[in-house]
Amino acid sequence: MTTALSFTNVTVTFTGKSGGVGYTAVEDTTLNIADGEFVSVVGPTGCGKSTLLNIGAGLLKASSGEVNVFGEPLIGLNAKAGYMFQSESLMPWRSALDNVTAGLQFRGMEASSAREKGEQWLARVGLSGFGNRYPHELSGGMRKRCALAQMLILDPKIMLMDEPFSALDIQTRQLMENELLQLWEEDKKSVLFITHDLEEAISLSDRVIVLAAGPATHPIGEFAIDLPRPRDVAEIRMTPKFLELHAQIWHAMKEEVLKGYAQTRNKVVV
Amino acid sequence: MKKIPVWFWQIALLIAIFVIWHLATAPGLIPPIFFDNEHRAAFFFGEPEKIFSAIWLWFTSGEIYPHLWVTLQETVLAFVIGTLLGLAVGLWLGLTPTASAILDPYVKAMNAMPRVILAPIFMVWFGLGIWSKVALGVTLVFFIVFFNVYQGVKEVSPVVLNNARMLGANASQLLRYVYLPSATSWVFSSLHTSVGMAFVGAVVGEYLGSAKGVGYLIHQAEGSFDINTVFAGILVLTVFALLLDFAVTFAENKLLKWRPQQAETETT
Ligand SMILES: Nc1ncnc2c1ncn2[C@@H]1O[C@H](COP(=O)(O)OP(=O)(O)O)[C@@H](O)[C@H]1O
Ligand SMILES: [Mg+2]
Repeated sequence: MTTALSFTNVTVTFTGKSGGVGYTAVEDTTLNIADGEFVSVVGPTGCGKSTLLNIGAGLLKASSGEVNVFGEPLIGLNAKAGYMFQSESLMPWRSALDNVTAGLQFRGMEASSAREKGEQWLARVGLSGFGNRYPHELSGGMRKRCALAQMLILDPKIMLMDEPFSALDIQTRQLMENELLQLWEEDKKSVLFITHDLEEAISLSDRVIVLAAGPATHPIGEFAIDLPRPRDVAEIRMTPKFLELHAQIWHAMKEEVLKGYAQTRNKVVV
Repeated sequence: MKKIPVWFWQIALLIAIFVIWHLATAPGLIPPIFFDNEHRAAFFFGEPEKIFSAIWLWFTSGEIYPHLWVTLQETVLAFVIGTLLGLAVGLWLGLTPTASAILDPYVKAMNAMPRVILAPIFMVWFGLGIWSKVALGVTLVFFIVFFNVYQGVKEVSPVVLNNARMLGANASQLLRYVYLPSATSWVFSSLHTSVGMAFVGAVVGEYLGSAKGVGYLIHQAEGSFDINTVFAGILVLTVFALLLDFAVTFAENKLLKWRPQQAETETT
């Protein structure tokens, strides 16, 4: 099986302000995502998940280590990857449709065919009829759908997703998770999905990787999720197999979460 | 009780002001309170009646139109040129930290300088025609737009920027599709001020030396102590400025649809 995205002994150290000591966010991390695999990375808030994803996207350069995309070393931005950001990433001055077709426009596609394709994608994410609304006129869930279409219209081989649904309420979130799974089942892209929510990670993924609390985070556990597909994220949470996996992974994570929590609390006190 | 609309009070206030003005200045209507001569008040403050008849005469004889036209031309030219320059330089310095670090003290110094004193220099350079007034307006408009665009470029959301890059935008596409629209919205937020400044540049320039324009009319009237014409000119300028401001608001509403405003709801 081919590897879509691989991190080999990746370390990321942010340079400290005015010559102070640097902060090592990620240390000696090795991680492989197979072609067509859905991998989730969970870890306590602030441990370095976004940093890792930015390395995979080419938005950030690793201090040391290697990143490979389908066997080729990554130079510059990862052109094979689409990225869905945690916070608002739509261009507020563009309508939903113009946001969805932005990537096509950047590639020089003719406006009318881009438009047609954009309408199709809006329909696929359940936004038909909302194409001429501006982002501020859409609900949070609709904006996420729009961002999803914006990424998928370019048909990336790899999807990098940084807590894409964490700002949504639980019902909307489960709807979006199911829709994501449906879209993914259609042409099995490779997914690196970041979340701090273990349930979300288990219900979506083929594999869950647990990161240690920062600083110098690195994977401390890896769990294959052999739940049957297609899945319904709300229903699968009730199955005994799910609960068993949850208990198992939580046991491995608990210490790290508490560590992370203690660190942030100390920071506040100091 | 039925609620009386705001515009009613606004108009009532306007009428009241003119009525009081008339009562206080018309010779012999009420005994002078402050001045020792009943004609003194009219000499200093003019008389609304005569002011309006001066305005009426300007418009009916058509004498005012060439002057208004010149002032409008100067204002619009100063606004357009100043905005384009401010936009270009703001984008350039916003995107090149080295250049902005080097030029920073110069920009601050030029902005701190009282620009009105440049008017005589511009007259030497550009003559007494419209261009010396346009130049003065440009120096005023430029800095407002420049600072706003510079700030706007610095504050483009890094997430939106990275998203556009991940979607495949190259450097020039980032400039055109991300920085420029973002900076334009900042230009619009300063639109009222910069149009106002273009107008100030035009009128002050005319006042200091020209052969046409409303500022010139006022200057001439002052030379012959014709206070009523001075006030007439000021009134015309005020209304003119208000109309410009309405035009700006209109353009703003058209072009900034994407901006979140207070949510609009319909009741049926
Ligand atoms: N540009 C940066 N410069 C310095 N430190 C950073 C930078 N970006 C992130 N960090 C630090 O790296 C750590 C990990 O951040 P991040 O990857 O955003 O965490 P997560 O996504 O897991 O919540 C945090 O402690 C954060 O303060
Ligand atoms: Mg994060």
